[in-house]
Amino acid sequence: MQQHLEQQKRESSAAGPYEHGAYPDARGRFGPYGGKFVPESLMPLLSELEAAYRQARLDPAFEEELQELLRSFVGRPTPLYYVPRFSQLVAPGVRVYLKREDLAHTGAHKINNALGQSLLAKRMGKRRIIAETGAGQHGVATATVCAMLGLECIIYMGAEDIERQSLNVFRMRLLGAEVRSVDSGSRTLKDAINEAIRDWVTNVETTFYLIGSVVGPHPYPLMVRDFQSIIGREAREQILQLEGRLPDLVMACVGGGSNAMGIFYPFADAPEVRLLGVEAGGQGLASGQHAATLVAGRPGVLHGAFSYLLQNEDGQVLGTHSISAGLDYPGVGPEHSYMKDTGRASYVAADDRLALRGLQALSQSEGIIPALEPAHALGYLLEMGARGELAPGSLVIVNLSGRGDKDMLTVARELQVTIS
Amino acid sequence: MQQYKQSEAIERRETVPAQRIGRAFAQASREGRCVLIPYLMCGFPSVEQSLAAMLAAIEGGADLIELGLPFSDPLADGATIQHASHQALEHGINIAACLAIAHQVAARSSVPLILMGYYNPVLAYGVQRFCREAAAAGACGLIIPDLPPEEAGPLLEAAHEQGLAMIFLVPPTTPDERIASIVRVAAQEPRGFIYCVSLSGVTGARDRLPPHLQSFIARVRRQSAPYGLPLAVGFGVSRPEHVAEIARYADGAVVGSALVHLLERHAADGEAQRAAVRDYIRSLRECTVRLP
Repeated sequence: MQQHLEQQKRESSAAGPYEHGAYPDARGRFGPYGGKFVPESLMPLLSELEAAYRQARLDPAFEEELQELLRSFVGRPTPLYYVPRFSQLVAPGVRVYLKREDLAHTGAHKINNALGQSLLAKRMGKRRIIAETGAGQHGVATATVCAMLGLECIIYMGAEDIERQSLNVFRMRLLGAEVRSVDSGSRTLKDAINEAIRDWVTNVETTFYLIGSVVGPHPYPLMVRDFQSIIGREAREQILQLEGRLPDLVMACVGGGSNAMGIFYPFADAPEVRLLGVEAGGQGLASGQHAATLVAGRPGVLHGAFSYLLQNEDGQVLGTHSISAGLDYPGVGPEHSYMKDTGRASYVAADDRLALRGLQALSQSEGIIPALEPAHALGYLLEMGARGELAPGSLVIVNLSGRGDKDMLTVARELQVTIS
Repeated sequence: MQQYKQSEAIERRETVPAQRIGRAFAQASREGRCVLIPYLMCGFPSVEQSLAAMLAAIEGGADLIELGLPFSDPLADGATIQHASHQALEHGINIAACLAIAHQVAARSSVPLILMGYYNPVLAYGVQRFCREAAAAGACGLIIPDLPPEEAGPLLEAAHEQGLAMIFLVPPTTPDERIASIVRVAAQEPRGFIYCVSLSGVTGARDRLPPHLQSFIARVRRQSAPYGLPLAVGFGVSRPEHVAEIARYADGAVVGSALVHLLERHAADGEAQRAAVRDYIRSLRECTVRLP
């Protein structure tokens, strides 16, 4: 502990150049970001979790069970699919591929991580699983793996999200999970995480907190990155097979940042591949009604980690807005903060309207209805094409992190269509 | 000249703010009792009422006061303190406003003040600026529930430079080796006490104290005794009989959520509110005496 304190004194806050594979360090930091800013009750637990995780990753039996379930239960590998008609809408001569995480079981990438962590929980003898959810995709994925493994499952969800994602709430309940409505604060994802942490602090000995993104205290950002990196590992292999070269640009939407980190990380050691994260611009950055943490925030501490944060002058966390509940979060994973400061990845914002445009364009040109979250990346890509930012021959991969079924009521409302 | 300088040095050493915490514990110990530490949220129900409540608590016999700094996401707190925190923020309370309240309490009383709040507002205010201004406002120590010793380096350094104690929390699930290492960090001068969390969980009044509290305190005591670091107990403490039990084996009791309820109940009448706080603290104070 004394050693840690000394190390902190010496540490400069500058991120320096990007070092692939160097982080997180022993203190759970990505450069200056990350760490373990949690109540003391959780500290022994986090050490226990870290040790159990390291041990599991070294155990061939764990790896084998995970790989087998990813194949037979989740349906991996997911295709890397060329979308010619959408590519044409972007710009002439640009080739766009989608990493089809929407085809994974439960309809989004969230299952990759939920499966990995739940196997770890089982291994640690913890049979009570809690999780937070925003759009409900992580909640559904968690409820799904808990049903499959016979684990108790409690999902915390903001009251506002429960309203706008009623279909996913029903799915979770159907899968045997208990969905607890969170009425405090802004009644969205941030508050669901607060409540899940309170539950965890109260039930430390029995409970495993299955965090859904690359956020939270160490070792969560590491574990979730590891479990989601299968997206990028597959995509890298697939694009080499299909095109014989690495892509020029890899894009993903960023809320907490798990699907983005999952596809970015395995490409991050190749400097010729540009990584671009698209955050939720909501009603526009100027309106203040957005969730563009990396674009418009500054570093602070929330939910156990030091990372970019949407906060006011006094360090109070701001309310956010996005058309997609899955991006409606004022924080972001600490490794994204590190990638931003080192310049390894860049981050931009797409507003609600651009996301809707992306959703409609892909639906009509390719017969694929994306979730509103990745639709932000699609919309931004269309705009990049229109601005002439993509040279002919550019090879682009977009992580299509989820399918759009859950968003149909929201989209209909936005398009002023009444469906019963 | 030499003489003068020496006495000035002694004077300055005496005014290290954290030492006043140790003195409050020592004084109570000489009187055969534990200290009583009410927690009151700055700006709840209003700035004036929170200030009045702190003064009323001092009048009722508080040995130290914990001033809560509101935060938008108080994840170590139960519904009651969450509510108070939310209300305070609605009134536009920030760190500067909290320090102004501390300053006013310190101007009227010599009871040591401890600031308790989450890390991000402190970070946004500036760690060094916060410690400097907190010490100037009359604070003696800091409690930051989401800042374990591993992450506390920068704040610990800034606090110690200003003579403020960093007070760490120890819950009952902490293994002995970890208690020992927390105690070692907490025992560095300037120092305060160890805040023993009575139960695994969030703040909030409970009907009874957890059954294993005494053995937990004994476990912490084994580690803290060599350093002579006092132990206070908080979370779930609300009734006179709780304080009486804590007095038997610990050095201090913290009450918080119960005071929020009390302030709410008498929200309409400032005079009644002050009287209620004073009488409640007085009733707890009577129970701080260690029975033979």
